[in-house]
Amino acid sequence: MIVAFTVNGEAVTARVAHPGSLLDVLRDELSLPGSKNACEQGECGSCSVILDGLLVCSCLVMAADVEGSSVTTVEGVAADGELHPVQEAMQRAGAVQCGFCTPGIVMAAIDLFAGSSSPSSIEIKEALAGNICRCTGYGAIVRALEGLATGGEQ
Amino acid sequence: MTTRIERRVTSPDGVIGQSPARPDAVPKLRGEFEYAQDLTADGMLWAATVRSPHARARIVSVDVAPALAVGGVHACLTADDVPGRSVFGLEHPDQPVLAGEEVRYWGEPVAIVAAEDPRTALRAASLVEVGYEPLPPLTDPAEAEARDEVFRRLRIRRGDQERRGSVVVEGEYQVGMQDQAPLGTEAGLAIPDGVGGVDLHATSQFVHIDQEQVVASLGLRPDQVRAHPTGIGGAFGAREDVNLHIHLCMLALHTGRPVKMVYPRAESFAGHVHRHPAWLRYRHEADEEGRLVRVEARVVIDGGAYASTTSAVLANSCYFAVGPYRCDSVAVDGVGVRTNNPPCGAMRGFGAVQVCFAYESQMDRLAASLSMDPLDLRELNALQSGDPMPTTGQSIDTPLPTREVIQSLRAMPLPDAVTRPHHSLLPGGSGLTTEPRHVRRGIGYALGIKNLGFSEGFDDYAQARVLLTADGAVVETAAIEVGQGLVTVLCQIARTALGINNVTVSHVDTSRIDSAGSTSASRQTQLSGGATLEAATRLRGRILSRLGGDHLDDSGVWQGEELVAPWTQIVEQEWNETVTFRHPPTSAPDENGQGVIHADFAVAGHRAVVDVDPDLGLVKVIRIDTVQDVGVALNPDSVRGQIEGGILQGVGLAVMEELILEDGVILNPTFTDYLLPTILDAPDVEALLIEQEGSWGPFGAKGVGEPPTISSPAAVVAAIRAASGKELNRIPVRPQDIAL
Repeated sequence: MIVAFTVNGEAVTARVAHPGSLLDVLRDELSLPGSKNACEQGECGSCSVILDGLLVCSCLVMAADVEGSSVTTVEGVAADGELHPVQEAMQRAGAVQCGFCTPGIVMAAIDLFAGSSSPSSIEIKEALAGNICRCTGYGAIVRALEGLATGGEQ
Repeated sequence: MTTRIERRVTSPDGVIGQSPARPDAVPKLRGEFEYAQDLTADGMLWAATVRSPHARARIVSVDVAPALAVGGVHACLTADDVPGRSVFGLEHPDQPVLAGEEVRYWGEPVAIVAAEDPRTALRAASLVEVGYEPLPPLTDPAEAEARDEVFRRLRIRRGDQERRGSVVVEGEYQVGMQDQAPLGTEAGLAIPDGVGGVDLHATSQFVHIDQEQVVASLGLRPDQVRAHPTGIGGAFGAREDVNLHIHLCMLALHTGRPVKMVYPRAESFAGHVHRHPAWLRYRHEADEEGRLVRVEARVVIDGGAYASTTSAVLANSCYFAVGPYRCDSVAVDGVGVRTNNPPCGAMRGFGAVQVCFAYESQMDRLAASLSMDPLDLRELNALQSGDPMPTTGQSIDTPLPTREVIQSLRAMPLPDAVTRPHHSLLPGGSGLTTEPRHVRRGIGYALGIKNLGFSEGFDDYAQARVLLTADGAVVETAAIEVGQGLVTVLCQIARTALGINNVTVSHVDTSRIDSAGSTSASRQTQLSGGATLEAATRLRGRILSRLGGDHLDDSGVWQGEELVAPWTQIVEQEWNETVTFRHPPTSAPDENGQGVIHADFAVAGHRAVVDVDPDLGLVKVIRIDTVQDVGVALNPDSVRGQIEGGILQGVGLAVMEELILEDGVILNPTFTDYLLPTILDAPDVEALLIEQEGSWGPFGAKGVGEPPTISSPAAVVAAIRAASGKELNRIPVRPQDIAL
């Protein structure tokens, strides 16, 4: 089947193999490989995107269900050559190692800051509890986002 | 002719000792960094693997016809189709590329399929009809040893074997099977070159060893196979061994099309080696003051079905069985057994982690027997530079600041007790199961030691090339960046040596440069960093000598205040310098396990603060304070990243990460069931670095990747013991171990 939806502000149509996920469509049909597939079960958050304003694991969303929806992926959060403040804070704090979890962390953090400009340390941790990072131990990620929350690093 | 311009650059930014941003950070943050999973090629096919559902079975028949009958399927290959050497292996080639007569572990590959799309490949793989005659699997290590199913035995005897101490502590310990669980699963793309050869772009820690093994099993000439470094989502040891590499190349050459494969997570758990589970029996004897008089250890590790690196892991377990302590009467007997459990091999800490849990548990018990402070006991016995290794007798001739580690750790401030912790930070977490009034806090310490670089006489080297282009300098290497930050530190080293800002790292394939060795054993900063430093230093010397200057920067060659050759003039001719760097030679052990076995060592210590819910047996690791011997920190932020990340893997091993086996079958091969620490499980970490020059690494640097994982599990368990009063002789510590 063909689904029509909006990705990063652009109207797209994509062929969907049943029962494909939104993640499959983004990566394989729309050449948007920024969202990563690491567990296929919604446990690790590497595939996180924002779907109609909600943070979701795109591996758990049936592609057929996104007809008419609006999706933002990591490729769409900043203009070419620019960084979203979350990305900038993470770069400065050294919060990237292998980087496989990074797009999902960026999306979860953007979702957090969209709802609250100055989240507390515990709010930051709760917001990112669905994202597994195997490299950093999360320390630099927390420092990046705490800095952003207090404005100290902005 | 010379040009006079105002001198603009005095010294470059981003040299050693600073923490410049990673060159790959922005593409990774923007989702633009290309990982093996993201590779594509025109006309690309997708591959899938048929795996054994049995831990052990005779293969009676394999019928590929039903798979080949599926539309869009281009190939289905079995053991009979392996063109060259039928087996592979890092140290001893004993693992079939595809199982032919017998499968020896759950998930062993039997056939491979290539099809037009991934879905078709998976469906076709499910249709391959393999007739199995199940055989009883050998899964008990003790039984394996009794049957002499052994990869290696290692016997260490040092000093007077009759020495006895007045205080004796004995214990038995067990370590479960941990998985590296890198976020990126195994993935790769093989592209036939049209003239019988193949280019392989696949997840790896060591492309030259992949290339050698592909060459052998495909029966090709070495120049026909090029293995390319590619973007990797973590490694931690899981990518040292071949898995999909030979399969991809077989399918690409068979079909004449590029072939891609990505393991799903469940397949990844079956598709790479794991940390060896271990069974450890110890006897420590000390005098009345607490000096270690004798240590006896018996080490059994389960290598699973095939050799992988079991013999080297066993060696590490045995050589570091005493820990960073002086002792002149030592007996260690180690064995790595062969079973029908999943193959085990490299994981961060490589044999040193398992024994550390045991010897540090013993040290705490010894301290209790002596009514001594656990750190006082450790300080009294601290192994220092100049001492002989307690096991091998090797004189330690690089810095080993064990005493400084202990003293600094002791001096670090403890966190205040939190009177009303947020529920998410209680042992029961957001499940709201923990009654805050019942929570008990515990504090525990542990120290660990490990070798850096390869040991036992292995010819360990790394080649790097530094060349100049119109834009600056390029460091060419086949060393794999797995996320640790080698790409940054090589730039820093080259900048420092050359004196210029504009340095990049280029990851080149096996045909363009000699081996950098494996990204493992905490070795790349020292080995590839050493090669880069020497190449850059020599190149600068040649340029200055040829062009008559005393200084190089991004604008060109200077003599005093005069620019004698602008950059454009320098690069009118070709400049490059290639260096193969070797660490000091090591030797194989003698019949008593004695010798100059190791090239360098690092020591670290951890203090864990935990909160325990004794009713439910749940643990929250609140904080880890650590002191680590780093030689010289070339990039402090990267060192901190390695420390924090390595500690969390140690915390995972201490309290949650374990592959559960039943008759050789992994019962929890998913991220739902194999638990990994989340951000809410992560402790606060405070780290102090001990910097002492004297190692042979560039500028005195030591590798820093593994020590954080070695003693952190033991420290966490010591803290849980302090809180719970339980013995806890096994990691990971399970709720029932505390609550029941």
